[in-house]
Amino acid sequence: MSLVSIFFTALFYLSLVIFLVGMARKIYQYWVTPAPLKIPTAPTPLTQTGVVMRLAREVVLFESLFKSNKWTWLFGWLFHVGLLLVLIRHARYFWPGDLPEIFLLIQPFKYAAFAMVIGLFGLLGRRFVVERIRYISAPSDYLMLLLLLVIGVSGVVMTFTSNHTDVIMVKNFASGLLSFDWANLPTEIHFLVHIFLAFSLLAIFPISKLLHVPGIFFSPTRNQVDDSRKKRHISPWALKQEQEQEVRLNETLGKDE
Amino acid sequence: MANDFEVPKLPTYLEIPKINEGIMAGNGPFKSVEEFQKPLGFPGEKVDNWQEVAINKMGELKSKYRSVQVFLDACVKCGACTDKCHYFLGSSDPKNMPVARQDLFRSVYRRHFTFAGKYFPKLVGAKELDDKMLDDWYNYFHQCSQCRRCSVFCPYGIDTAEISMAAREVLDAVGLGQKYCNQILGKAITIGNNLGLPEPALRDTLLDLEEEIEEETGVAVKYPLDVKGAEILLITPSADFFAEPHIDGLIGYGKVFHQDGVSWTMSSYASEGANFGMFIGSYDIMRKAALRIRKAALDLEVSRVMVGECGHAWRVAYSFWNTLSGVGAGADTTDKYALKLQNQLDSRYPQPQHIIEYTHDLIQRNKLKFDKSANDDKTVTFHDSCNVARATNMGGIPNGQFILPREVIKAVCNNFVDMERGTIMESTFCCGGGGGLLTDDLMEIRIKGAMPRMQALKEVEKTDAVDTLVAICAICKSQFSKVLPKFDFDPYMIMSAHQLVSEAIIMDKPQTDDSEAKVAEEATIEAE
Repeated sequence: MSLVSIFFTALFYLSLVIFLVGMARKIYQYWVTPAPLKIPTAPTPLTQTGVVMRLAREVVLFESLFKSNKWTWLFGWLFHVGLLLVLIRHARYFWPGDLPEIFLLIQPFKYAAFAMVIGLFGLLGRRFVVERIRYISAPSDYLMLLLLLVIGVSGVVMTFTSNHTDVIMVKNFASGLLSFDWANLPTEIHFLVHIFLAFSLLAIFPISKLLHVPGIFFSPTRNQVDDSRKKRHISPWALKQEQEQEVRLNETLGKDE
Repeated sequence: MANDFEVPKLPTYLEIPKINEGIMAGNGPFKSVEEFQKPLGFPGEKVDNWQEVAINKMGELKSKYRSVQVFLDACVKCGACTDKCHYFLGSSDPKNMPVARQDLFRSVYRRHFTFAGKYFPKLVGAKELDDKMLDDWYNYFHQCSQCRRCSVFCPYGIDTAEISMAAREVLDAVGLGQKYCNQILGKAITIGNNLGLPEPALRDTLLDLEEEIEEETGVAVKYPLDVKGAEILLITPSADFFAEPHIDGLIGYGKVFHQDGVSWTMSSYASEGANFGMFIGSYDIMRKAALRIRKAALDLEVSRVMVGECGHAWRVAYSFWNTLSGVGAGADTTDKYALKLQNQLDSRYPQPQHIIEYTHDLIQRNKLKFDKSANDDKTVTFHDSCNVARATNMGGIPNGQFILPREVIKAVCNNFVDMERGTIMESTFCCGGGGGLLTDDLMEIRIKGAMPRMQALKEVEKTDAVDTLVAICAICKSQFSKVLPKFDFDPYMIMSAHQLVSEAIIMDKPQTDDSEAKVAEEATIEAE
C-alpha cells in the first residue's frame, strides 16, 4: 500500500472511533440527564403518538423552521435532503462485490448533490448578508459551512465534470475499510480533498454544533407528552429530595410555622 | 427612574429593526441585599470566589436539567429566533435576540465544558466568565420574560427561558440576586402571598368586597376564607385582592361560584397563585412555595383545587404542581407522598382546574345565564398570556388554552375580534412585563418590549374599533395598565376575562327561604 493510502486508512478509523465514542458519550449524557419538569412548547401533543408525529414532522419537514423563516427553511431543507440522498447513494462504494439491482434506483440521487450545494450556498450567503445572523456567527459557523461546501463541490466536480476518479479503486478502498481488506485509493486531488474533509467531519461531529442531530430527539420542549395533570412526572433527584425534603428544604429555606 | 429613552413609535407593519449594539446595556434591575437573600439561602453579597462558584453551579445545573445540557449543545446559529423576541423587536439591542442572549451563557459553557472551547476558544466563540460577562448576564437575563416565543420557532425547540432561569440561578448562587423577585419570594414563603398580606388584612379586604358587591347587586356573594371542608380551594394571584383591574376578575369568580352554588374557599396560609420561584429558576424555592398550597389543600380537606387568572401561576400549577407537590392525578401506587393528596382530591375533575375551565364547563352545561348586551359597549380582543399559551393546556383538548378563554368571552360578549394570527395563540407576544420584570426599575425594557403587542392592538383598534383588551394574567393586567397610555391607549381598556363574565352574568335574586329550603333538600339527598 502507498503511504497516502495508509494515511487515509488510518484517518478513517481514527475519525470513526472518535465519532462513535464521542457520540455514544454524548447520547449517554443526554439519556441520563433527567428532565425534572414538564416543559413541552405549544402546540403540544397530548399523547405519545402525538409526540412521535411531532418529532417526525420536525425531523423530516423542519416544521418549526418553516414557521420561522421561509428562506432559512428552504436552504436548510435543500441541504439536508440533498445530503441524505447523496449519502444513500454513497452506499454503492462501501458495498462489497456486485451491486444488487436496487442500486439502479438510487443512481439518480447523484443530482441531489446540486440541492445540497445550492442549500449550502444559500445558508452561507445568509450568514454574510443578514446582519442579525452575521452578529451571532462565530468563525466555526462559517467554517462548518465551508467544509460541507468543499465536500459537496468536490463531489460534484468528480461526478459531473471530466475530473472523474477511478470509481473501481474507490470501491475497493471504501469497501475494504469495512471488511478490513485494505486497498490503495486513487490520488486525484479532488478525491483526496473530498475524503479528507469527509473523514474530518466525522471526527468533528461529537464536539460541535452537529450535536443538533441527537439533540432534537432529546429536546424536552419537543419530546414530552403534555399530560402533566394526568400523570405524576418526577425525576430521580427530585424524588430523592422529596423523600429527604423535611430535613433539606427546612434547613435551607426555613421551617414553615 | 429618570432614564431618558424614546418610547418606540408604532409602525404600520411590525418591522425587524437594524441592530443597535449596546442600546440596552446597563446595570440591570436593583440588586437584592442580604436581608432578602439570606431567607432564600443565597449569599448576601457577591462572593469572593464567584467565578469558581458560578462554574460549579453551571456544571450542577447542566447535570440536573436535560434542557440546559441539550440546548447548550444543539444550537446551530441558524438565526430562526433572531427576530422573534419582543424585547429585540422593541429595543433593537442584538443581545436581546434569543440566540445572542443564550450565547452569553453558552460561550462560558463552551470555554469551561467543551473540548473545542477549551482548546480553540476564538474559533467557536468561547468566552471567559469575567466581570464584564457577569454584568452582561445580570443585565440581559433580566431583559428576558421567559415567554418562550423563541422556542416555538426554534427547529430544536431551544427554550431561552430555560437558559435564563439557569443563568439567574447561577447569579443567585454567587450572591447577585434581583431585588424585586427575591424580596417578593421572601414574603411568599413566610407569609403566604407576594404582598405580605397577613390573615386579618386579607379577611378585611374580602369582607369589604362582599359588602361592595351586595350593595351593587343586592346579592350576597361570599368570599370564604379558611373554610374547612369546602369543595373547592381557590388559589389566585394576590393582585386579585386589591389591584385594578384584577379585583373585578375576583368579583367575577365569586359570582360564578355563587350561581353554581358550590362551596369554595380561599386559604390565608396559601393566599398566592403566583410563584416567583419559577422566574429565578430555583426548583427548591418554587417547590417551597407550591408546598403551601398542598398543605392548605390537606388542612382544609378540599376535593378540588382551582387556579385564578394568572399566567405563570397556571404554568406552575398545570405543568409543575403534580411534580412538585402532588396536586394532580396519576401517581404510582407506591408514591405515598402524592397519593395522600390525590386520594383526597375528586378525580372526576381535572386537578388543578383553571377558573376559565370551570366557567366554561358551567356555560356548556347551561348553568349560567347571561345578558350579553351588558357588554355591548365594548369591542373586545384577547391577549394570550405567554405562559398560558405556550406552556399549558385547558380542557384537555388540543389547543384548549386558546379555545376555552375565547369561548367564555364570546358567551358573555357580542363583539369579539382577534388580533393578527402571528401575534396570538402559540405565537403570542408577551406583554413585556413577565418573568420577574414587572418592576419600575425595568420600565424602559418593559415599554420597549410591549411595542409588538401594542402594534397588533393598534391594528385592530383601527380596523375593528377594538376598545377593550382582555387578559387572564395578573402580570399582563398590571403591565398593560402601565404601558397602554405610553402608546396612546386608554389604560382602563385592559380587563379581566371574569370581569366581562361579571358584567353579563344574571344573578338569581335573593330568596332566603327558598335557598334555605334548597340547602336543606340537598342535605337530605346527600344524607340518603
